[in-house]
Amino acid sequence: MRFLNRSAGRLSRHRRGRFAGLAVLLVALLATGGAYAALAPAGQAEQSQDNAELVEQGRELFLVGCSTCHGQNGEGVLDVNGNQLGPSLQGVGGAAVDFQVGTGRMPMVQPGQQNPRKSVVYSDDEIAQLAAFVQSLAPGPDVPEESDYDTSYIDDLSEDERDAAINRGQQIFLTNCTACHNFNGRGGAMPRGGYAPTLRGVSDKHIYEAMLTGPSQMDVFSDGNIPPENKREVIAFLETLQEQPQQGGFSLGGLGPVGEGLYVWVVGIGGLVGFAVWIAAHTTRTKKGKGTA
Amino acid sequence: MSDQSNLPASGDGAGHSRVPEPLEDQDVAPGLPAHVWRPTDVDPKAEKRAERQVAGLFVFSMICAVLFVVAYFSFSIGREIDTFLGFGASNLFLGLTLGLGMLAIGVGVIQWARKLMSDVEIAELRHPAASSEEDRETTLKALTAGLDESGIGRRPLIRNTLLGALAFAGVPLVVALRDLGPRNMSASRLEKTFWMEGMYIVRDVLGTRINRADLEIGDLVNGEPEGLVPNSEGHLPAPIGPDGEELRPALDHEQLLIEKVKSAVIVLRMSPGDIVRNPDRENWDVDGIVCYSKICTHVGCPIALNEQQTHHLLCPCHQSTFDLADSGKVVFGPAGHSLPQMHLAADDEGYLYAMGDFDEPVGPSYWERG
Repeated sequence: MRFLNRSAGRLSRHRRGRFAGLAVLLVALLATGGAYAALAPAGQAEQSQDNAELVEQGRELFLVGCSTCHGQNGEGVLDVNGNQLGPSLQGVGGAAVDFQVGTGRMPMVQPGQQNPRKSVVYSDDEIAQLAAFVQSLAPGPDVPEESDYDTSYIDDLSEDERDAAINRGQQIFLTNCTACHNFNGRGGAMPRGGYAPTLRGVSDKHIYEAMLTGPSQMDVFSDGNIPPENKREVIAFLETLQEQPQQGGFSLGGLGPVGEGLYVWVVGIGGLVGFAVWIAAHTTRTKKGKGTA
Repeated sequence: MSDQSNLPASGDGAGHSRVPEPLEDQDVAPGLPAHVWRPTDVDPKAEKRAERQVAGLFVFSMICAVLFVVAYFSFSIGREIDTFLGFGASNLFLGLTLGLGMLAIGVGVIQWARKLMSDVEIAELRHPAASSEEDRETTLKALTAGLDESGIGRRPLIRNTLLGALAFAGVPLVVALRDLGPRNMSASRLEKTFWMEGMYIVRDVLGTRINRADLEIGDLVNGEPEGLVPNSEGHLPAPIGPDGEELRPALDHEQLLIEKVKSAVIVLRMSPGDIVRNPDRENWDVDGIVCYSKICTHVGCPIALNEQQTHHLLCPCHQSTFDLADSGKVVFGPAGHSLPQMHLAADDEGYLYAMGDFDEPVGPSYWERG
């Protein structure tokens, strides 16, 4: 402390010196410039170079893994009968790539009505490269920032605000999503053998990207359609769904009348038949007569 | 057969059974076989054991009832829920204790009947169902006497006024149930909705107007007319037209729900080239943004299950499927009418509004509509 006081006092003696102002200005400029250089993520030029590198790496991955069906420039490919082998990826954006590849739906094993979620083939870095390449083809929704879909802000709200936000998320979900994904987000049947997948265990980012891009038969809920803050509320509501205990005991998959009906027919009516058989069954008999025992 | 001595006696409670002798007359039934006893009938130990089983089940039921009350008061519900193995503890234990308690009573009663109550076969003789001749004659005589004394044949005034009174008794019924008949409601309730020319479409839940520039191809919006969805402050705004005029007064609560149900729409943006052009509806879309009633024309379920790539809208109730790219035509299922389409327009800023109410009734068919 004493040392500080002394040096401050020594400095203070020069504060009215001829070059004091210049020196302070110089120090301040150096500090600002240095801090910016140290803290800024990357220069503009450096960033675009990074991006160009990502796109180039993505192109190489794309040519090997995707171009058979989607074409070398993502223009889509028709088979000999004129049917679409793989759709054009121009304008689908990086978000669609991140969703499709990040949930393992792409690369597809075989074409069909439903492209199921499966184990992811590409690493996170490779997915980012592929997304950058497809994003470079034509403008489209890019991979969202974490701030877009992160719902941890909910915890900072007051209890009333949190309830209101989750409630709004629920109403938006019930209005727009339940037709296919079921009121509890567990999915349901779609025409011609397809199905809407369950939303349980899907990451916030992928839910956000699905709304943004409308994969397969799903409708698009772009940011102009449902603003990002409302999308976040939907995700926050889905999280509360996952945390909710099963109030009624067994949910039977939550698939509605089909699953519950099957259960009632097999277990319920089966149990009743069992009781009826037991009621009417012969009891054990003995050969002994009464009084002879 | 009326001779009772030909019928075999049943096994009786006296403790020994009589096996009937084979009879000469082949028309006579051989009768029941000898009764065979259960262990609980002959073995006092088995009887005691069965008694204890039944009593045990009844006691178990009592315990369950007490546990039900305990579970009712001890598990917390509401915001902070007690859980048990991932289940809501309150619901789970209320159901288990009540169910097991009822089951134990049922099983105990059946066990009692099977093991302990007498199961000796009893034969009951059947008699002719008709009454005897004398009874019938007496009754007929009494009836004729009654008719004579009432004088219904001789006093036509009373008879006719009675018939009149009975006929008029149906009048209140007809008046009260007239709604079941044709043309029961004013036409406007069935044929008209809240929509009118110049009414803006707002997003359901959010209550915000929809700009044509906000929607991408593939976007789907569940919409309502302005004035039926509370805004962000929670108020119901009066619907304002593009020229700033107030279109309709605000609605009270019950009326609001009715109108909201009838007026729900879905707004869908598709590539304009996908739309099959109907000469009558040449300019009903705005840049490929189409708008249809959300109410199925079969039995009125709300539909929102849309397939983006085929533009087919499927009703979850009975799988009626409508082609939204082709004037809402039915492509599958039991619906008898196309989905009513709304004529859309956009104002100077690009916000979408209706060019009028639907030109056909929304929802299911009814008598006059065919």
